[in-house]
Amino acid sequence: MKLLEHQAKERLRSVGIECPRGRVARSPEEAAAAARELGRVVIKAQVPIGGRGKAGGVKLVETPEEAAEAARQILGMEIRGYTVPSVLCEEALEIAREIYLGVTVDRDRRGMVVILSFAGGMEIEEVAEHDPEKIAKLWPDPFTGPLPFEVRQLTLTALSAVGGDPGLPKGAYLTSLVPLVQRLFELSQRLDASLCEINPLVLTKSGQLVAGDAKIEIDQNAEFRHRDLVTELGPDAASATSGDDPLEAEANRRGLTYVHLGGNVGIIGNGAGLVMNTLDLVKQQGGSPADFLDIGGGAKAELVKSALEMVLLDPTVEGVFVNIFGGITRGDEVARGLIAARDELGIKLPLVVRMTGTREQEGRQLLEEAGITPAVSAVEAARKVVDLVQAQGGQRK
Amino acid sequence: MSILLDRSSRVLVQGMTGSEGTFHTQQMIEFGTQVVAGVSPGKGGTRHLGLPVFDTVAEAVRATGADTAGVFVPRAFAADAIMESSAAGVKLVVCITELIPVNDMIRARAFIDRRGTRLVGPNCPGLMSPGERAKVGIIPNNIANPGPVGVVSRSGTLTYEIIQALAKAGYGQSTAVGIGGDPVLGLSFSDVVELFGMDDETTLVVLAGEIGGSDEERAAELIGAGYSKPVVGFISGRSAPPGKRMGHAGAIISGNTGGPASKVEALNRAGVPVADTVEQIVELVRERLGAATRP
Repeated sequence: MKLLEHQAKERLRSVGIECPRGRVARSPEEAAAAARELGRVVIKAQVPIGGRGKAGGVKLVETPEEAAEAARQILGMEIRGYTVPSVLCEEALEIAREIYLGVTVDRDRRGMVVILSFAGGMEIEEVAEHDPEKIAKLWPDPFTGPLPFEVRQLTLTALSAVGGDPGLPKGAYLTSLVPLVQRLFELSQRLDASLCEINPLVLTKSGQLVAGDAKIEIDQNAEFRHRDLVTELGPDAASATSGDDPLEAEANRRGLTYVHLGGNVGIIGNGAGLVMNTLDLVKQQGGSPADFLDIGGGAKAELVKSALEMVLLDPTVEGVFVNIFGGITRGDEVARGLIAARDELGIKLPLVVRMTGTREQEGRQLLEEAGITPAVSAVEAARKVVDLVQAQGGQRK
Repeated sequence: MSILLDRSSRVLVQGMTGSEGTFHTQQMIEFGTQVVAGVSPGKGGTRHLGLPVFDTVAEAVRATGADTAGVFVPRAFAADAIMESSAAGVKLVVCITELIPVNDMIRARAFIDRRGTRLVGPNCPGLMSPGERAKVGIIPNNIANPGPVGVVSRSGTLTYEIIQALAKAGYGQSTAVGIGGDPVLGLSFSDVVELFGMDDETTLVVLAGEIGGSDEERAAELIGAGYSKPVVGFISGRSAPPGKRMGHAGAIISGNTGGPASKVEALNRAGVPVADTVEQIVELVRERLGAATRP
């Protein structure tokens, strides 16, 4: 779950990290009221995605009238598939320097990493690609978090990497960044965040460090521990997610692991690696996979039926390839689910089933009796489904 | 011989009394694994599947001499279970549980590294040494044969496909290890490849990777630096688009990392041919080992 900027900043404030004063507005009137209270403000679209500025979703305004006008333009705007439901009206900062500070997962190091760079005001990915030496990293012990001396070393490394006037005396950075980094790390742990990022961390002309923008992503696997947060933030975040793929949203409701890919050959299999391999096989045979759908281990007929229904909701699907390796998943269960779904939905389009492992004989027999030809090899099945789909000439029957 | 697991391994199962734990412990026993105890907090003193159940891993280790643990507990308790086994002196922990929060795994990994415990998984099918009649995890019992091929893979069912295809063609396995589909894992490809390198029985290694992260690249570096045995590679998810999580939490191409091209290139550079299909894996193995002696 990605928090919206204003939600993320509320979390930062809760651990004592300074953020600009701001108000959330859902109408031009509310934006004008916020500007009357705060003075010169920035109006920012609240969508859980980057590139808002470039899309015209961030505007600096001087007066309440301008604030209302900016809000009128931004509210309801579409940014990379997300409709803007609200704006954050925030006091404009007098920026002396922009800094990057983030805590995220480092897969290669099997740990969390704190990233600090004084080459701020840019996407950190760009800095990482073009000026990797301007980024300083710290891999804290997950049980102690970053220790003060480690943060001081991190800060000195980051400072020496950019040269020039850092805008503040070295000692001032050392004093202020230690608690800031520790609090951000503590927050990332408390929220089970896979990303906690302040970019930019603004050094104001008066010498304060303030969070200019903030991104927090909660690890999906940990959402069960943050039900309160999901309930509290969910409706607001959800209202900003109309850009999400409607088919993926439906799969989510059905409890299916599904990714919409946009081709014309529907794919169902059991096990993520096997399904990925099935997509590859279809592609190798000149076909175009419509989706990734993993029914997992031990699926019962009912789940298989729901999976086939799901794949057929996609209007571009012209044929379906089901690839099952029976371990704890049983061939006969899968066959029963497929036959039930086919009969109920009256499916006419090509359905190719490849099945091996536990109860494959029983499964194959059921399929054959029902007029569905099972394939033995996955490559052969992939070729068959691609041929059948191409033979239809792009017509869904 | 084999790696990590053999007939002398004494296995305890954390979460043995649950439904998954019960089913798979039975399968492990049927396969021939020496399962010696179960651990379920609150159920200490009872018996399950004819085995003693303990409240803590420490008691189970003291009473039975267990040196290997299988973890089948729900995700909220899985990292704790891994650390408990490590603290009790268990040498190898195999965690089958999926969907564990990444922060939990980061802490568990730091904890076990300090104690020298090896971890396979999480979110994995476990491992099997067919010639030793030993397995910990959920790999089906009837698909493997004893033999000279070491298999290391990230996934479950795809690993079964590979094991079965190899076995049917007459190429049995020394040990097959599913290292798991999560971003933060215990043993990496490099770790397992290194272990196969030191195992006398293993004469060839099949490395089946997938998109996401850069563990395949690092294993390729290790192999390229002078590995003693032939390796056959495989990468799945080659047609996956960037930014989409393909079922496994770790299977995602993010920014410039995790794409299939760099993995295939790195393996090729290390002299490892990369198969396009499971059938081709078998072909490449045949080219290197010659015709199989066992049908």
